[in-house]
Amino acid sequence: MMKRFVYINDDSSQNLYCDNRISNRKYTILNFLPKNLWEQFRRFMNQYFLLIACLQLWSLITPVNPASTWGPLIIIFAVSATKEAWDDYNRYLSDKQANEKEVWVVKDGIRKHIKAQDIHVGNIVWLRENDEVPCDLVLIGTSEPQGICYVETAALDGETDLKTRVLPSSCIGLTPEQLHKIKGVIECPNPDKDIRRFDSNMRLFPPFIDNDLCPLTIDNTLLQSCYLRNTEWACGVAVYTGNETKLGMSRGVPEPKLTAVDAMIDKLTGAIFLFQIVVVIVLGFAGNIWKDTEARKQWYAQYPEDGPWYELLVIPLRFELLCSIMIPISLKVSLDLVKSIYAKFIDWDEEMYDHETMTAPHAANTAISEDLGQVEYILTDKTGTLTENKMSFRRCCINGTFYGNESGDALKDVELLNAVINNVPDVIRFLTIMTICNTVVPVRSMSGNILYKAQSQDEDALVNAAARLHMVLISKNGNSLEINFNGKLIHYEILDTLEFTSERKRMSVVVKDSEDGKILLLSKGADEAILPLSYAGQQIRPFVDAVDQYAQLGLRTLCLGWRELKDDEYKDWSQAFKEARSTLVNREWKLDEVCQRLEHDLEVIGVTAVEDQLQDGVPETIETLRKAGINFWMLTGDKQKTAIQIALLCNFISSEPRGQLLFINGKTEDEVLRSLERVLLTMKITSSEPKDLAFVVDGWALEIILKQYRSVFTELAILSRTAICCRVTPSQKAQLVELLKSCDYRTLAIGDGGNDVRMIQNADIGVGISGREGLQAARAADYSIGKFRFLKRLILVHGRYSYNRTAFLSQYSFYKSLLICFIQIFFSFFSGVSGTSLFNSISLMAYNVFYTSVPVLTVVLDKDLTEKTVMQNPQILFYCQAGRLLNPSTFAGWFGRSLYHALVVFLITVHAYADEKSEMEQLSMVALSGCIWLQAFVVTIEMNSFTIFHHLAIWGNLLCFYGLNLMISAIPSAGLYTIMFRLCRQPSYWITLFLITVVGMGPVLALKYFRYTYRSSAINILQQAERSRVATFSIRDLDSQLKSIEKDVGSLASRNKFKSSVYEPLITDSPTATRRAVGPSAFDFLQPAQSRDDQNAGLLEIVCMLTE
Amino acid sequence: MIPTGDSTPETDGATERRKKSKKPNYSRFTQQELPACKPLLTPTIVISTFILIGVLFIPIGLASLSASGNVVEIVYRYDIDCIPQQSQDDKLAFIQSSVTNKTCTTTFNVPKNMKAPVHIYYELDNFYQNHRRYVKSRNDKQLRSKAYELETTNCAPEATTPDGSPIVPCGLIAWSLFNDTYSFATQSKVIEVNKKNIAWQSDKDHKFGSDVYPKNFQQGGLIGGAKLNESIPLSEQEDLIVWMRTAALPQFRKLYGRIERDLAANEQISVTIENNYNTYSFEGEKRLVLSTTSWIGGKNGFLGVAYLTIGSLCIFLAVAFIVLYLLKPRTLGDPSYLSWNRNPDGH
Repeated sequence: MMKRFVYINDDSSQNLYCDNRISNRKYTILNFLPKNLWEQFRRFMNQYFLLIACLQLWSLITPVNPASTWGPLIIIFAVSATKEAWDDYNRYLSDKQANEKEVWVVKDGIRKHIKAQDIHVGNIVWLRENDEVPCDLVLIGTSEPQGICYVETAALDGETDLKTRVLPSSCIGLTPEQLHKIKGVIECPNPDKDIRRFDSNMRLFPPFIDNDLCPLTIDNTLLQSCYLRNTEWACGVAVYTGNETKLGMSRGVPEPKLTAVDAMIDKLTGAIFLFQIVVVIVLGFAGNIWKDTEARKQWYAQYPEDGPWYELLVIPLRFELLCSIMIPISLKVSLDLVKSIYAKFIDWDEEMYDHETMTAPHAANTAISEDLGQVEYILTDKTGTLTENKMSFRRCCINGTFYGNESGDALKDVELLNAVINNVPDVIRFLTIMTICNTVVPVRSMSGNILYKAQSQDEDALVNAAARLHMVLISKNGNSLEINFNGKLIHYEILDTLEFTSERKRMSVVVKDSEDGKILLLSKGADEAILPLSYAGQQIRPFVDAVDQYAQLGLRTLCLGWRELKDDEYKDWSQAFKEARSTLVNREWKLDEVCQRLEHDLEVIGVTAVEDQLQDGVPETIETLRKAGINFWMLTGDKQKTAIQIALLCNFISSEPRGQLLFINGKTEDEVLRSLERVLLTMKITSSEPKDLAFVVDGWALEIILKQYRSVFTELAILSRTAICCRVTPSQKAQLVELLKSCDYRTLAIGDGGNDVRMIQNADIGVGISGREGLQAARAADYSIGKFRFLKRLILVHGRYSYNRTAFLSQYSFYKSLLICFIQIFFSFFSGVSGTSLFNSISLMAYNVFYTSVPVLTVVLDKDLTEKTVMQNPQILFYCQAGRLLNPSTFAGWFGRSLYHALVVFLITVHAYADEKSEMEQLSMVALSGCIWLQAFVVTIEMNSFTIFHHLAIWGNLLCFYGLNLMISAIPSAGLYTIMFRLCRQPSYWITLFLITVVGMGPVLALKYFRYTYRSSAINILQQAERSRVATFSIRDLDSQLKSIEKDVGSLASRNKFKSSVYEPLITDSPTATRRAVGPSAFDFLQPAQSRDDQNAGLLEIVCMLTE
Repeated sequence: MIPTGDSTPETDGATERRKKSKKPNYSRFTQQELPACKPLLTPTIVISTFILIGVLFIPIGLASLSASGNVVEIVYRYDIDCIPQQSQDDKLAFIQSSVTNKTCTTTFNVPKNMKAPVHIYYELDNFYQNHRRYVKSRNDKQLRSKAYELETTNCAPEATTPDGSPIVPCGLIAWSLFNDTYSFATQSKVIEVNKKNIAWQSDKDHKFGSDVYPKNFQQGGLIGGAKLNESIPLSEQEDLIVWMRTAALPQFRKLYGRIERDLAANEQISVTIENNYNTYSFEGEKRLVLSTTSWIGGKNGFLGVAYLTIGSLCIFLAVAFIVLYLLKPRTLGDPSYLSWNRNPDGH
C-alpha cells in the first residue's frame, strides 16, 4: 500500500506534495475553447452536425447557404459553452475566495497569518471557534482540557449534529508553546475519498517523551470544510492539502443517468438516420441516372462531358445535406430546456413542501424527470422512510419481567418506577447500559438544560428514557463520564469503545467504575448479535420471547448485556486492541476480530423496545402507487417480524385471508434453495388467485441466493409484486437494485440514511428523504423530498406530466423536421433530382430554430388531466410505464403525419401556384407558410389545455412569422425582397393557405374525434369525465365495487404476460407494443399504426385468455 | 457537496441553510395552476366545425371557379408547327443552323371577348430553370451595381471570357435568355405589344442596376439564347429581368408583353413567331399564351375544384358523424368505460 510520511513542522520536506490551492475549475482561459469544444464534440449528434456544416462549405454541393447550419450550430455551441464558462467562472470565484482566506500557520516557530492556498503538508494550522478547516488536519492541540473539540461536518456528510474529535493520546497535555515546536512524523495512506477512515500512526520526535507509535483514526482529524464549534481553539498538522483532501478526492461528476425516454429518442434518431441514408442513396442514384440521361440534353445547364473523379458523389452529398435537417438540431436544446423546467416545477411545488421540517423538494438531477413517470419498481427503506425515525421508548423486558405491557409506555409503568426507586440491581444495571453504552454527546445549552446530540435515533431514545427514569447522563468529556442517578453523581472512565458496524450489529464500551475500580464491558445490539454471546447456561428463552413479542408489535428491539472484566484480561486485550487500531492494512477487519475476543460470555440483562411511528399518509401513498401498477419492495436492516409488522401497518402487504407471506429462509445453501423453489412454485400456482402474495427473505438467505441462485431468484422477482427483505446490508440493497435493473425494470430507490446511499445511486431514480439521519441520502439522490407521502405526487403528477410532455415534444420535433425535409425531397423530383433546395437559407434556419421551436415549448405547461383526476385514478400511469405515448408505433403515426402534411403542402402549392405564378421565391414562401400554419394547428390540436402562454406562443409565433418575413421583404438586397408583400396582397395566397390547413388538419381532427369518442383511451374518458363535469358519478364507488374484479384481471395479466410482466391494470388496453416489446427489430415504420387497434387487440387478448 | 463539488463548502453550506428555511414562493405559474381553457372534442364542436368549413368552402370554391372560368385564354403550341416539313426529322439541326429562316406565322380565333390588358406569355415545358446547376448560376451583386462588375462567383462556366474579362450579366441563366419573339396583327393592322413594365418594379429598381451595361455577353464560342443591346442598362432589359425570376417548376409561363386593347370575339389574329429558342434537344415544349386575368390570377380551376371537393367532403363527414352519433350514442366520460372499472367477462 502506498503511504505518505508527513514530517510535522519541517520546512525542508514541504514541496513533496501539492500546496493547498483548491481548484475546482475545469478550464483555464487558454484551454477553455479547445477543451470545451472537445467535450462538446464527443457527442455523436454534434459530430454529425459538424460534419454536415463542413460539407456545406463546399459550394458545389451545398443546397443552401452554409449559415443555415453554422448559425444554429454556433448558437447551440455558444449556449453550452457560455453556461460552462459561467459555471466555471463561479467556481473560480469561490475557489479564489477559499484560497485567499487568511489562516494562522506556524512558520519557523512563530504563528503567522498566511493565505490558505500557501499551506503545505506538515504545517501546523491554528483554528479558532467557528473557523472553517482549510485542509485535512490531524488534531494535535485544543483549548479543551479533556483533549477534545467539536466540529460540524454538515458540508462533508450532511449530518448536522456536532461531532467530537479527540487528541491523539501522545498529544494530550501539550501547551501551546510546545505545540509551536513540536516535531514528528505521521505515517498515513495516500489521499483517498473515504471520509469514514483514516488509518494512520503518529510518532513524535524527542524531546516529546511519548515516543510510542500512536494510532490515529478519523476521530483524530479535522477534515476540510468542517467548522470548529464550541471550542475556543484547536490546532492540527496538515496531512492532505488542496485537491488531495478527502473532500477534494470525493469530488467528481457522477455518471449521468439516461432515461428510458432518452434511450427511445436515441433509438428513433438512429432509425431516422438510417432512413435518411436510404433516402440519400436512392435519390443519389436517381439523380446520377437523370443527369446522365436527361441533364446532358439540357444544354442550358452546360454539363461538362468529363466530370472530376468525385462527380458521382456530388449529387448524393447534396441530398445528404438537404436531408440533414431530418434530425432536428434543436431537439437537444429543447429537451434540455424543458427538462430543467420540469425540475424547477418540482423545486417550486408547494404541495411537496414539508412544513414540519421546512424542507422544500429538490431535483438535483434535472435530466430524468420522465423516468419518474415510468417507474415499475420502488425499493424502499423502512426506518426513516416509511416511518418517522422519531423513536420513543415504549417497553422493556428486564430479566424476564415485562414493563409497559399494560399501558404501552414503560416510562409510565409504576412497577418499573418502583423498581428504580428500590434500586433493584438488574434494573439499575439495565439503565446504566442504556445511559453509557452509546456515542451520544450531552451538550449543556445556554439555559442549563442538557441536550443530547446523537447520530442514532435509537440511542437518543434510550438515553432520554433513562433520563426520565432518573439516570441522567450529564457530561462526557474525553474519557470521563458523569451520571446523575437520583441526585447521586457517578463517575465512569471510558477505556475503550468497540464501535458499531453494520456487520457486527452491536457496540460495546469498556468502562471503569471510578468508585470501585471494576472494569465492565457493556454491550448492546441486535438480538442475533447479542444472544449467542450469552454465557453458557444462561436462559435466553425469555429474551427470545420478548424480542418476538415486541417485534410482533412493530417495535424495534435491542438486547443489552454486560460482563465484568478481569484486570489482566483487559490488559492483554487492550494491547491487542491498540495494535489492531494502529494497523494500516485491513484495520476494520482486524478490529472486528479483536472485538470478538472480548465480547463473549455476556450476561444478557434485558431487551428494550422503541417505537418508530409511521409517517403520515404512508398507507395511502403505497395503495395509490400500487394501483398505478408500481411494485414495492421493502429493504430494511431491521428484523423480519418488525418489518412485517410495519409492512402490515402501511398497506404494504395484506393480512391473512387476502394476503399470504412466503418465507425464504434456511441456513445452508440446500435449505435456501429448497425454500426458494418452494416459494417460486407456490407463487406460480397461486398467481391466478386473487391474493396478495409477498415473499420475505432475510439477509443471510439473500447472501446465498445472490451468490448461487440468481436466476431462480430473478424469476421469482419478476412474479412477485411485493417483497420484504430484512436484515440486508447496504451492498445487498444495491445488488437487489441491480438485479431488477438487469431485468429491464425501471427502479426507484427511496431511503433516508447513509446505508441507502449505494442503493439510491444504483437505481434509475434515487429519491432521498431529508430526514433525521442527516442529509447523506438526500445528497446522493436525484430527488430529495421531506416525506414519503410526497412520492405519490412526485411520480403521478411530475413524473407523468414530464413523460407526456417529453413524448410530445420529441415526436413533434421529428415531425416538423421531417415535414420540411419531405417537401424538399418532393421538390427534388420537380427539379431534375439535382438537389436544389426549395427553401432559402434564412427560412430553413428560422424554421428549425424559431418558427417551430417556440410554440411547442409551451408543452411544459400542458396538462392532459388535472392533478386531482390523476390522483384519483392512478391506474392511468400505466400509459407512461408501458411507454404508450412514445414508441415506434406512435412515432410511425407522426412519421405518417409529416409525410401526409408534406404531400398536402407540396401538391396544393404546386397546383395553386402553377404557370405564370410559379416563381421560385413566391412558391417557396407559400410552401413555408403552409408548413407554419399546419404546425401551429398541430400544436393546437395536440395540446390539452390552453393557458395564456399557449395562445401567445402559438398565435404570436404565427404573427412573428409574418412580421419577420415582411421585415426581410423590405430589405432590397434580400432575395425575399417584396415577396411577402406581394403574397399577402394576393387573395389566392390566403385561399391556398386556408386550403392547406383544412386538408392537412381535417383528417387529423376527424380521426382524433373518432378515436376520442368511439375508441377512447382511458385518458380520453377521464378527460371527458373531468371536463364535461358529469356530476352524478363517483369513480371511487365504482372502484371499490369492482376491486375484486380488478384483482382477477391483474393476476390474469401477470400470468399471461410472463415475459413482459409489466403489471397491466388496463388489461383491455394492453398494447401489443409496450416498451418492452421494442427491440431493434421493431423499427418497421410502415407497420399499420398499432395503437389505433389497441382496443381491439386488447379485447381479443381477453377472449384468448378466457378460452384457455 | 461531495458528488458535485460545484461550489466551495462555505457557500454551499450557506445555501443549504437558506434552502432549508425557504419555502417556495407561491405563484400560479410555479404551481402549474395557470387558468387554462381545456377544449373537449365533443360531437357538437367537431360536427359544427366540419359543417362550418363546408359552408365556408363551397361558396369560396364557386367564386374561385367562376373567376377562373371568366378568364379567357388562348394557348398555342408552336414548337412543332414552326418547323418546316422538311426539317421535322432533324429539328435540332434546323434550330441550331444560323442560315435557316425561323419565322413562322399562324392565325387563331379569339373565342370570347378579351378585355384589355391581354397578357402575352410564353410557356416552356420540361425546362428546368430550377436545376441545381442552373438556378445558382448568377451573381446578384454584379447585376445590381457597376462596382461589382468583376464579381462572377457562382457564374461558371459563363463567368469570364477566355481572356479573363468578366461577362456581364454572367451565369447560365442570363446566357440562356429566351429569344423567341412574337408579333401580332389583325387582317388590317398590327397589334401593338407593350413590352414595358413586364418585369417587377422592385427588380428594376433594386436588383438590376441602371449603371450596369451588358459586356462580353454572348461573345464566346457557345451561343446560348438572346443577345442584349449593350447600350441599354440591365434595369431596362425587362425580358432579361423576367427571365431571371427563375421558375420553381419545369413547366412555367413568363410574361412577354401586353396587348393594351380589347380583343373581340371571333377576331382573327395572325401571329408571326421568330422561333429561335432551342427546346428540341431536350424535347421541351413551347407555347404562346394569350390570357386575361381575374382577382385569382390566370385560368386555374384547381383552387375552385379543390374547395368544392373539400367543402362537400366536410359536409359529408359532418353528416356521417351525426348518423354515427345517432346510431351509437356514447356518453362522454362515462367511468364504466374505464377498463379498470369494467368486468372483463361482460364486454
